[in-house]
Amino acid sequence: MSKALSEIALGEIVIVESITHPYLSNKLVEMGMQAGTELELLYKAPLGDPIAICMHGSMISLRLDEAKYIHVSSIPI
Amino acid sequence: MKIALFGNPNTGKSSIFNLLTGLRQQVSNFPGVTIEKRSGTFKIGDQKYQLTDFPGTYSIYPHSLDEEIVCQVVTNHTHQYFPELAIVVVDASNLERNMLLFTQLYDLKIPLVLVLNMWDIAEKNGIKIDIPALESLFPGTPMIRMNARIGLGKERLLAAISTSKRAQEVSPFYNGFFPCPIDDKDAQKQEMQDRYEKLRAILPTIQGKKSSVKSTFSRKLDAILIHRFWGYFIFSGVLLIIFQFIFSFATVPMDWIEHLFITLSTWLSGALPDGVLNNLLTQGILPGIAGVLMFIPQIALLFFFIALLEESGYLSRVVFIMDRLMRPFGLNGKSIVPLMSSVACAIPGIMATRTISDWKERLITIIIAPLMSCSARIPVYTLLIALVIPKTYVFGFISLQGLVLFALYSLGLIAALLLALVLKKFIRSKDKGFLIMEMPEYKKPRWTNIMISITEKIKVFVWDAGKVILAISILLWVLAAYGPSDSMSDKIRAVKETALYQKSTEPQKETMIASAKLEGSFIGITGKYIEPIISPLGYDWKIGISLISSFAAREVFVGSLSTIYAVHDENERQENLQTHLKEARRSDGTPVYSLATGASLMVFYVFAMQCMATLAVVKKETKSWRWPLIQLVIMGIMAYVGALITYLLLT
Repeated sequence: MSKALSEIALGEIVIVESITHPYLSNKLVEMGMQAGTELELLYKAPLGDPIAICMHGSMISLRLDEAKYIHVSSIPI
Repeated sequence: MKIALFGNPNTGKSSIFNLLTGLRQQVSNFPGVTIEKRSGTFKIGDQKYQLTDFPGTYSIYPHSLDEEIVCQVVTNHTHQYFPELAIVVVDASNLERNMLLFTQLYDLKIPLVLVLNMWDIAEKNGIKIDIPALESLFPGTPMIRMNARIGLGKERLLAAISTSKRAQEVSPFYNGFFPCPIDDKDAQKQEMQDRYEKLRAILPTIQGKKSSVKSTFSRKLDAILIHRFWGYFIFSGVLLIIFQFIFSFATVPMDWIEHLFITLSTWLSGALPDGVLNNLLTQGILPGIAGVLMFIPQIALLFFFIALLEESGYLSRVVFIMDRLMRPFGLNGKSIVPLMSSVACAIPGIMATRTISDWKERLITIIIAPLMSCSARIPVYTLLIALVIPKTYVFGFISLQGLVLFALYSLGLIAALLLALVLKKFIRSKDKGFLIMEMPEYKKPRWTNIMISITEKIKVFVWDAGKVILAISILLWVLAAYGPSDSMSDKIRAVKETALYQKSTEPQKETMIASAKLEGSFIGITGKYIEPIISPLGYDWKIGISLISSFAAREVFVGSLSTIYAVHDENERQENLQTHLKEARRSDGTPVYSLATGASLMVFYVFAMQCMATLAVVKKETKSWRWPLIQLVIMGIMAYVGALITYLLLT
């Protein structure tokens, strides 16, 4: 089931399906994100925003405003 | 020979830059843009190299202002900064993501050296990179291992620079439509995805098993440092320690500098023959230079701490936890450092806004920064508080004077945030601010990096702000030392005829004449001229003179009041001045420095943009006089209205 990266729970591991914001997607693609990339939600800042995700072993921070354009799905078991 | 340094953020690029150039480096701007250009020189044998450090990027395609310069330079062979050779720094523990930029630069046929930095971390993570195999994919490019933080691999890098050759063929990662047009985002995306796919297919054969697990140490630390309660608690503690250092320990070297200059100027005024040159040197130039140098201890300490936080990796966590709190005001988590710095001095604070990639958020930060009460306001605040606020205690233990000082700092902060809210509505920006950033692992700070960063900031302060402060000091001296032909001599004659003058001792007579001279000078006349404008605030022309002189630097207020009230200062200048000010009367017999006037002055100093040096730096950072002028007007109105309301409320 597809949902936005801004909605997933702490510690959840998901897979990127698509990035729908044109400007944002190039930035994320050059950092190594694309369909199929595995992400883990590591931390939420004290007010729930921004969030820190683990991608290819490094920690990256994103605002919820940015995360909502990243559509992800849970890892199939 | 021109060499460029490229690489992703957080790959240790600046460590390599510092390692190669040491202190032989200077900071300037790329022509036409506000992007900081760090360049330096080094030598191998007789060959001299000019090294330029470019902003960290993930690919050659730009997403922000500072990334644009990279794209412009590498895609244009005739660009004045087009390099004859480029060093590309990659994080060996995260090769896949770091190689994108390298393959693009290789396919642009720029002769390259690839630095596999952070080799130690890669080894710890069990990554074994087969360098000969990697080299065979990119003929002509030497690849070397380095651990720049501890200076390991410098010799290898120097040797590699002379063996690098221009690529004959494109790399296996090349695809037909490279490089893509700057405005075709879809093609760029496709091109990058294509490279990633090939990298993902080939790299596993070169670097073996990849187990890049984040160190447990960093994870444990993060659990505390970005905790919803402890995170803020610890950050407040860190701030407290920093300000403690800046306010209590920086005063020691500041006193040395002050004494040194007082001694120097006393000696000079005795050694040189009397005359214009003597006065210009001892009353205009020397105090001006002292005014610049006085701030160095604070700036050095502040940037020591900021560099320490940055080097250790903690700063990105602070940005992370503060971002949501700052955003409603149109600010960015990254605004916290500039605002923090501005409590010492707005100049380095405004310089520190360069890390904010979003123009609107950066501009708002620049405009509100001078509202944070800087250290030059402290002498003004303390004098006025001692003058009009009684030494009583609230609830028996909280000093009322301390409380007022705290209120003034808070007033500045609150006004800054409110102004940010207003500006957010009015400033338009074409691109949307975002906060996608990598948070590096915690690591031990490298001391030479910190020292170089401090020296750099001081250099910029002394040259940029120093020039303006010195020029204004000399100008103000001229305006205070000269007046229309008769005006000054009339005043002096009048003073000499008074009974008080006849009774006075020699030193007292001298100060009385100085005071009379000031009254008759251009500044004195201006002070009287603006009296009708400032009298609704409860000020007389003497305060007017001090307000004008404050434009050199706010703390000049105290010195200029001393001169006007003819205070002969030997040792206890503050107390002496205070008694004089307390005795000052208006024509109707009421004291000049009533609670209303004092409070109104304090509010005026919280808001007013009385710092030419800051205006000059804002002009430099925003590339036009538009924003400093807007800033001057907005803050001027806030100061006038704020002071007026305060005065009316208290009378």
